[in-house]
Amino acid sequence: MTEIPKEEYILKCTSACAGCPSSIALRYVLKAAGPETVLVVPACCTSVIQGAYPNTAMNVPVYNVAFAAAAACASGMSEAYRKAGRKTHVIVYAGDGGTVDIGIQALSGALERETDFLYICYDNEAYGNTGMQRSGSTPAGARTTTTPGGKIHAKKDLDGIVAAHNPPYMATACVAYPQDIFKKVRKALSIRGPSFIHILAPCPPGWRFSSDMTIEMGKLAVRSGMWILYEREHGKVSINGVSKAALKKPLPLEEYLAPQGRFKGISQQAIDSLISQRDRVAQRLLKEDEGIC
Amino acid sequence: MLTIATGNKAVAAAVKEARPEVVAAYPITPQTEIVEQIAEYVASGELDCRYIPVESEHSAMAACIGASATGVRTFTATSSHGLMYMHEMVNWAAGARLPIVMANVNRALGPGWNVWAEHTDSLQERDTGWLQVYVSTVQEAYDATIMAFRIAEHRDVLLPVMINLDGFVLSHSMQRLETLHPGDFIPPVNLPHAIDTANPAGYGTLTGPDDYFRFRWDIERSMRRSVGVIAETEQEFADRFGRSFGPAQEYRCEDADVLVIAMGTLAKEAEVAIDRLRDEGIRAGSLRIRWLRPFPELDLDGRDLVVIDRDYSFGFGGILAQSLKSRYRVDPYSVIAGLGGQEVTFDDIASFVRERKPGEERWFGVSDDV
Repeated sequence: MTEIPKEEYILKCTSACAGCPSSIALRYVLKAAGPETVLVVPACCTSVIQGAYPNTAMNVPVYNVAFAAAAACASGMSEAYRKAGRKTHVIVYAGDGGTVDIGIQALSGALERETDFLYICYDNEAYGNTGMQRSGSTPAGARTTTTPGGKIHAKKDLDGIVAAHNPPYMATACVAYPQDIFKKVRKALSIRGPSFIHILAPCPPGWRFSSDMTIEMGKLAVRSGMWILYEREHGKVSINGVSKAALKKPLPLEEYLAPQGRFKGISQQAIDSLISQRDRVAQRLLKEDEGIC
Repeated sequence: MLTIATGNKAVAAAVKEARPEVVAAYPITPQTEIVEQIAEYVASGELDCRYIPVESEHSAMAACIGASATGVRTFTATSSHGLMYMHEMVNWAAGARLPIVMANVNRALGPGWNVWAEHTDSLQERDTGWLQVYVSTVQEAYDATIMAFRIAEHRDVLLPVMINLDGFVLSHSMQRLETLHPGDFIPPVNLPHAIDTANPAGYGTLTGPDDYFRFRWDIERSMRRSVGVIAETEQEFADRFGRSFGPAQEYRCEDADVLVIAMGTLAKEAEVAIDRLRDEGIRAGSLRIRWLRPFPELDLDGRDLVVIDRDYSFGFGGILAQSLKSRYRVDPYSVIAGLGGQEVTFDDIASFVRERKPGEERWFGVSDDV
């Protein structure tokens, strides 16, 4: 088992909601990154969780920047550090809104320019900070405050978009598997150039489940095949064992949807859309994992 | 060294001498030559700098912000729509107290597409906390760029500086240029709030009304202190390199009964008009506003004023004329001229003076019945 450092970089008693997945994930991200790290945070839940002036809940510098600008800000920071001969880790920690929607242009540019940084998207599948409006990452059928009848459109394929840039390292992770987050962040930071990790972040108030169920919801997402854990290293995909097993015999989708209030009364059409998207992504990844394509 | 150069090339040459560590920029007409030339300096090794070819102006300023926050010197250049697209980050740079230097090549805003000179772009940024200087010659573009770094990075200022030069009329005009080696005229950057991993802090975190208010007041305080820093910098520049400037530049103003007030190249053109008017016996002078922020202290008492605005605030008036009116309780003849690169000659400017009607506004070249 990987030895996870005892040092804490997030202080206790932050303003995060009970059961908040983004702070669970960030705790392990920072344990993996260590103190020689600067966190770049656009508008998202973390910009509140980090604490209000003059306090900070983080034991690394946190640089706040406007919603669309995180990857570009990190580009400038990384270039300045590398020119000075410093290896300081520059890590963007952004939500799905700041990544798949308003921030995607800056992310695409930074990936294309092979910026030496790690971009982490923690994905709770809605605009959490402003009260759960839909994002491009909201799955079909999910109710949000701006899709009161359930979202019609499918979840945007962020990983497909990032993969098209062919970064040397990208991975998915999930809050239910913190050791996996730790290992993937360590690996991402050991690689020169851009790396990307997409972390599924089941959000109790947003997804409308009980706040003691965050880890369980993450496990259900993986076991139902709705979230697939994998790495893509220099183009080579390898699916985590837990996801390989899940894809062979996924839990019935119902077991993942039923505990979530956001899917209450979901239409058959939306369920079909979720299943077809899941299967499409799974088949693509399985083929890549086996080296068929 | 004595040479000839365009306004754009002069800005790039000055940036080379100021030796920024990071330049992030996105090309836009008529600024392109600045970023092309800097990319060339970096590629040839003449400038040891990281050039980040970002995918937008919003990202250009964001990248400068990220780099500057680590405590290094940064530069970018833009124009018109680029500046508008950057607007959010223009505010952020000042609020974060980062001494970023930017050249803006003044150009009209669409629609319709128009690539020619107008000041409405940078004037829309006048309330962001940036210092703004408007230049009128190639040499001045060069000198102002050199000085901008020292002023922005001065401990009493720590605010970004925007150098504004008119699109094409200046950006693409060749004039005489004397380049210089600033040496210790620009001291190394020493950013007191640079990111320090040994002393972790939150930057730009959630800030309550009381602290936010204090930070805003601190920007204003620095803006006021910048008046002295500009004066001291321009004085030392004059002592060492022989060219002197000021918040506004006077031409034959001493005994003038009427002053033409404008910014940029139109104000330079006005000097020719002044000579013509003087020949006719009209005691006119030209007062060219250089620093718009901080707004200059001027002596306008007892003279007629003809203010030429190459800009407009719809439903309000020419921005320079209105600024002077509110600041000095004067009643100028306000002429709106040169929008979208409209041709304005010294003869036209002389006619504004001859036909002046204090308190009235005139749109040059547009008849009243349209």
